[in-house]
Amino acid sequence: MSLDNNKVKEIAFLARLSIEDSELEQSTKELNNILGLMDQLGEIDTGGAEPMAHPLEMSQRLRDDQVTEKDLSEEFQEIAPKTGSNHFLVPTVIE
Amino acid sequence: MTWETVIGLEIHSQLKTKSKIFSGASTAFGATANTQACAVDLGYPGVLPVLNQEAVKMALSFGLSVNATINKNSIFARKNYFYPDLPKGYQISQFEIPIVGNGVIDISLENGENKLVGITRAHLEEDAGKSIHDMYDEFTAIDLNRAGTPLLEIVSEPDMSSAKEAVAYAKKIHALVQYIDICDGNMQEGSFRCDANVSVRKHGDKLGTRAELKNINSFKFLEKAINLEVERQIDILEEGGSVVQETRLYDSIKNETRSMRSKEEANDYRYFPDPDLLPVAVSEELLLEIKKSLPELPTEKKLRFVEQLGLSSYDAEILTSQKEVADYFEAVINKGADAKLSANWVMGELSAALNKNQVEINDSPIPSNELFVLISRITDNTISGKIAKDVFKLMWEGNGSVDEIIEKQGLKQMTDSSALESIIDDIISNNLDQVKQYKDGNSKLLGFFVGQVMKATQGKANPKQVNQILNEKLS
Repeated sequence: MSLDNNKVKEIAFLARLSIEDSELEQSTKELNNILGLMDQLGEIDTGGAEPMAHPLEMSQRLRDDQVTEKDLSEEFQEIAPKTGSNHFLVPTVIE
Repeated sequence: MTWETVIGLEIHSQLKTKSKIFSGASTAFGATANTQACAVDLGYPGVLPVLNQEAVKMALSFGLSVNATINKNSIFARKNYFYPDLPKGYQISQFEIPIVGNGVIDISLENGENKLVGITRAHLEEDAGKSIHDMYDEFTAIDLNRAGTPLLEIVSEPDMSSAKEAVAYAKKIHALVQYIDICDGNMQEGSFRCDANVSVRKHGDKLGTRAELKNINSFKFLEKAINLEVERQIDILEEGGSVVQETRLYDSIKNETRSMRSKEEANDYRYFPDPDLLPVAVSEELLLEIKKSLPELPTEKKLRFVEQLGLSSYDAEILTSQKEVADYFEAVINKGADAKLSANWVMGELSAALNKNQVEINDSPIPSNELFVLISRITDNTISGKIAKDVFKLMWEGNGSVDEIIEKQGLKQMTDSSALESIIDDIISNNLDQVKQYKDGNSKLLGFFVGQVMKATQGKANPKQVNQILNEKLS
């Protein structure tokens, strides 16, 4: 599998990364190198192996359904760029 | 040219846990903005989500209620997209292996027939926060209290072929989640939300391109939105065009659906397993424990109403379609009221009064024990069914209990047959013409005499007794 410049641009947009056109060629090359390493894995026969969701051989610990958190909204809002009436304010989102 | 409609629904059902799915913040509705959003919900660096076991149990209750496959090891994944009400930049959801797999539910159609609708999957995920667009001119305000509230997303197969079927399915799921007590079902507050995938095709063709309808917060709007969308797609196809796969918002004020282009570009969610969460293991013991704790389900209750109480399938369906209605009805009959009569009263007078005054059955001014007394007064011949309706009305208006009203208004049925006989004798002697016609074969006139007796007794005569005496005296 290899990526072209357009695909890299699209991925960058989805991840909200800004890549200058001058950097594009280089980024595509680097990403393709990484994918090349991945391709090596494809040479191994994994037909009998189950997909692994997590490297730890454990299952998820569960917690009791209890409210344990206090209201820290004042502290959280203090470090937000903009707030009003207890809300976080962001540039207008157009639906 | 006939078109076939194909509908599948995605239902987001907020689970009734006290705390969030991955944090110990409260899920209570209506708190001051952002006072129930902790560091985990806000996506602060260094926090770790820990799964709420109640949310897992609720998902399993649902799975068992629709005879679904339960995945013994399910996996949480990150669904990546950017939106201000999702501070982490991803929603924790389930993708490849959801906790609940294939299931099935039985829905009742308007024509009385049943239909099985497949459930593709149901998975656990976290809700996003709320964006408020009309609070400030230059800003969008964000309230993250809802962020992290547990959701069960229930995905159906594209098995529905009309808006009405889609509504019947949605109502069935709505009733079920309330029966098993995993969701409060409040559509106004957004606890139960429906998205509809709609496409059309010519009979026998492969599936057409679908549009996803969002922003539907009532069953009425669900039906309207689907019908609008079906019309729109047929118009496009009949003019030789093609339907675009997209998300469309339903606008209940303008009664139209419109394209939500903003979401189109971001359709690649780049799911991957969440490294912060391990696979969720479900043991046989846990499944058994949940199976045992499940209440009687609507379908089972309906069957019991038909088989044990002798109700019609139609009546049983109506009485079990809402848990609160079924509970009320059962409270009435458990005190010993006649089942069929109780069914008629609950579905008749009571439902009509509730609808007319827009009151929920749990807030009924006539509690179940008063309706039981009222029905008992009919069966023990204290009052007639007709008078009972007047008593019901007076009781609804707050004029006291059944027995107080009967006493105060002097509504007791006449039980003294000699008094009744003398009234009937008077009526007969005052209406000799009608007596002659009746005896000449105009049997319809019996109704006239019954009416006269009821008028003379202000409805307090026992109709059965009146009929009996009239029959004797007129033969």
